[in-house]
Formats: sequence, structure tokens, C-alpha cells
Amino acid sequence: MSADTATDERKSEEGIRDVTDERIRAVLSAHAKLREPADGLAEAGDLYAAGMTSHASVNVMLALEDAFDIEFPDALLTKHTFCTIATIRDAVTGLLEPAA
Amino acid sequence: MSRTPQRAAPRHAPSIRIGCDVHPISEIAASIELFGERYLSRVFTTVEREQTAGPMSLERLAGRFAAKEAVLKVLQVPSMASVPWKSIEVRTGGNGVPYVVLSGSAQEMAERQGISRVDISLSHDGGVAMAVAAAIPASAA
Repeated sequence: MSADTATDERKSEEGIRDVTDERIRAVLSAHAKLREPADGLAEAGDLYAAGMTSHASVNVMLALEDAFDIEFPDALLTKHTFCTIATIRDAVTGLLEPAA
Repeated sequence: MSRTPQRAAPRHAPSIRIGCDVHPISEIAASIELFGERYLSRVFTTVEREQTAGPMSLERLAGRFAAKEAVLKVLQVPSMASVPWKSIEVRTGGNGVPYVVLSGSAQEMAERQGISRVDISLSHDGGVAMAVAAAIPASAA
């Protein structure tokens, strides 16, 4: 792989990541019942500590499914999955990737 | 000043855990309005939906959601563990008393911790439903 190709792939991954984060923050703003705007949250910030309740996390899960056209399997229905923007992004990107 | 004498706990006293939760009834209504069948089918079992049907369905569903959360508390579920909402089912017995049926990962978690059953009590008033769960260890059952 040439250096140019590697750079292009990295930029593409960063672009996808930015778009994913934007959509996750939009879902959180609409459904997580946070005490502060989701735009200002650090990606490792604890969403439960920021005010998200367990029931709000149900709405977040369903809204993420709508936003990304995915379905969370039971194995991902953990408190950890919805704990931060970063963990949600990991789960969403894992579901978006085609099965190997 | 008199002091209440402290009694030593029996050496093998069973440890009963309790957990509670409250839930606004309006949030159930809002989720049904937003997500409809998808919300109901992901959170509540067929039996729960059948037994909560009728004019007080929102109050009953809110009570069941609070009960599921209270049971999660007594099971002390680790953050990485998956316990789907439907693996904690709240049924109403013939005498009108609610009881919990665990399945799947919730049942496995209870068995690993020596919990033989979980008792619950539900109530609702003022727009809020609440539940108390008590995990009964096998040694006390």
C-alpha cells in the first residue's frame, strides 16, 4: 500500500467517524435526557452520570437503530454499550461492518 | 441514655437483597408514541403485554419497567453483562399478586449468586410507578 493510499484511507475513516459521532450526538440530544447539550460531551464522558436513565437508554437504542438502519442484538444490551459516545460508536460501527 | 443492645447476626444468616426503582408513567406513553410496537416488543414479553392490556395499561407497564430495573439492582448486574429486559418477566398471579419469572442470562445470574427467587411489590400514584424487589437466597427459601 502506498503512503498516499494509506493517508486517503485514514482520512476516509476519520470522515466516517465524524459523521457517526454527529448522528450519535443528535440521537443523544433528542432522547438521552442529558443535563447538558450532547454536543459538548467528551466522547469518553459517562452518559449515565450526565443524566441518562436506563429507560432513556432504551429510547437511545431504538433511535440509533433508526438512524443507522441497524438492530442491536441481545449481546450488546449492556450498560457498557450505552455508557459513552465512544462505546456507542464502537457498537454501531461493529454492526455496520459487513460480517467477515 | 439508654442504648439499644446490639445483637450479633446469626453466623449463617441468609442475606436477602432488596432493590427499588421508580418510573414516570408519562415516559412509557412517550416511548410508545415514538417507537410503537418496536419499543413494546423489545422491553415487554407477550405475557406482560397481555396482562397489562386495558384502561390502566400505561400504569401497569410503568410498574413492570420499574420492577425490571429493581430486579437488575438486586442481581447486581455488571456493566459488561447482557441482561435483556425480557429476561425479567413480571406476571400477575391468579390472586392478583405480581411475581417474577427469570429466564436466560437473568436466570443464570441469579443461580450463580444462589438466589432462588425474586419477590416484588408494585405501586403507582401521582404519575409515577414504583417497584421493590427482594432477592431470596436459596438458604432462606
